[in-house]
Amino acid sequence: MAGILIFSDKTNLALELLTAANSISSSNGDIKAVTINNDEQAQALSEAGANVYRINAAELILADVSAVAAALGQAAAELGSDIILLSSNRRGKELAGRLAQVIGAGCLTDVNSLEAADGKTTCNRNALGGATVANQYLKADKQVIAIAPKSFTPAAGGSGSINDLSVEVKPSAVKLLEVKTKAGDSVDIEAAEVLVAVGQGLNSKDDLAMVEELAKLLGGEVACSKPVATDKKWLSEDRVIGLSGKICKPQLAIILGISGQVQFTVGIRDAKTIVSINTDENATINSLSDYVLTTDLHEAVKAMNAALK
Amino acid sequence: MNIVVAMKQIPDLQQIRIRNRQPLFDDVPLTLGTIDKNALEAAVVLKEADESIKVTVLSAGNEEVEDTIKEALAAGADEAFLILDDALEGADSAAIAAVLAAAIKQMDGVDLILFGEGSGDNYSGQVGSRVAELLNLPQVGYVSSMEIKGGQAVVTRTLEDCDEVMEIALPGIISVMAGLNEPRIPSVTQILKAGKKPKEVLELDEVDVDIKKLAFTETISNLAPESNRKKIVVKSVDELLQGLRSENLIGR
Repeated sequence: MAGILIFSDKTNLALELLTAANSISSSNGDIKAVTINNDEQAQALSEAGANVYRINAAELILADVSAVAAALGQAAAELGSDIILLSSNRRGKELAGRLAQVIGAGCLTDVNSLEAADGKTTCNRNALGGATVANQYLKADKQVIAIAPKSFTPAAGGSGSINDLSVEVKPSAVKLLEVKTKAGDSVDIEAAEVLVAVGQGLNSKDDLAMVEELAKLLGGEVACSKPVATDKKWLSEDRVIGLSGKICKPQLAIILGISGQVQFTVGIRDAKTIVSINTDENATINSLSDYVLTTDLHEAVKAMNAALK
Repeated sequence: MNIVVAMKQIPDLQQIRIRNRQPLFDDVPLTLGTIDKNALEAAVVLKEADESIKVTVLSAGNEEVEDTIKEALAAGADEAFLILDDALEGADSAAIAAVLAAAIKQMDGVDLILFGEGSGDNYSGQVGSRVAELLNLPQVGYVSSMEIKGGQAVVTRTLEDCDEVMEIALPGIISVMAGLNEPRIPSVTQILKAGKKPKEVLELDEVDVDIKKLAFTETISNLAPESNRKKIVVKSVDELLQGLRSENLIGR
């Protein structure tokens, strides 16, 4: 029976992949995990029940997608895995197409749910810029499926094993000159339980202060629609919700002055409760909200801050 | 120096209507992928700094691409290289990648191939990586800045938690990030001139790719998600906060 192989550069995402793999393993065979130059991750995965194959080769760098794809292709062949689960973060997404081409596989990325039935692994992923959800499967013996972060809970508990695997490292035509860790405003809006998201309805950058105060009072983070970060540059791109930003699933999302184009809503539609505050009573976002307040957001934020203090 | 920019024809997403959860494509105009336009703009900026650079826009799709691609020619591409067949419409990423790679092999001395990080409609992000493997070229994705220096490019790959400054040997493949630049809006004169720019149009059988063997993806359904939100209209902040408190969402 064909097996499943999992790989992510990030340990937390690799643990999510292990859960995803477990959910389809009864029809797809045994699960193996590969780590690259990361003993800590190998340990974490084995403690979560995975049989881990460590590739430790200093000359293999994650920044070289071509070499990583070649290494994983060899690992899949050696370990007899036909389905490869990757994380659909940027690193994983860039890798997915290349690995699929290396092993002659079909490929789906940004997959947010999986189901194994009738010999197929069906996947849900956003399509048409997030306007629709496509339910798809790969009719190929070999499959590369990249799973969106936070689609599965991280695996925990179990006892696996750690083994070593050696691969031939493909010569590199890229050089990593420097790694710059993002400075200052590094925020994880995906992890926040409460998000207060602002859009172009916000009058000025100065008004952000009261939005930040509201987020603080609610124990959450400030997020935004794309134009607030890329056009106005009022907030960092780490805070963008939507198709080209983060896909968030908070308990509570307060959406301020955002009309609700699908490129935005795709990033927030899985929130448990959505509140929209907007001057336009016909804004698209209102039909996707649990609570709708049609008023000037600035007045509303001031009133909420006063009430919550 | 020859730069190829791969671009995908997509329906204008803003104009797709949903009825009974089904997307409706009737009368939706066709355009080119938004991030593909960032890739084109990046190439045109390089060309403006160095006149020896030639920018070719490459696209595979149905017959309508021949018209849609004028947008790219107006925005600064020197010429177009198109593979047109109605069977390419909605084809699998693996098939499109094989067609594009075969086309690039037919071009002379390509130094740099640019993609967007994902197409505007499907956003799967596979094609650039697949073409890189097919042509055995190095690649860097999610590029937020780039500079050409001799036979190589120095680029910044922006990941979620860090930036990587990379040197990539040319020929190579670079996929650019959304919002890398502000794509120009062509002037009327440029639009008029675009129709006269050279176009090489190939049929599918001229690139020798059996796309049927590369149809891996089966779509069972493609529907707008159901929204069953409560849509409670509140009249005041007090009423809103009361509602949120009753659900234990605030003041915990």
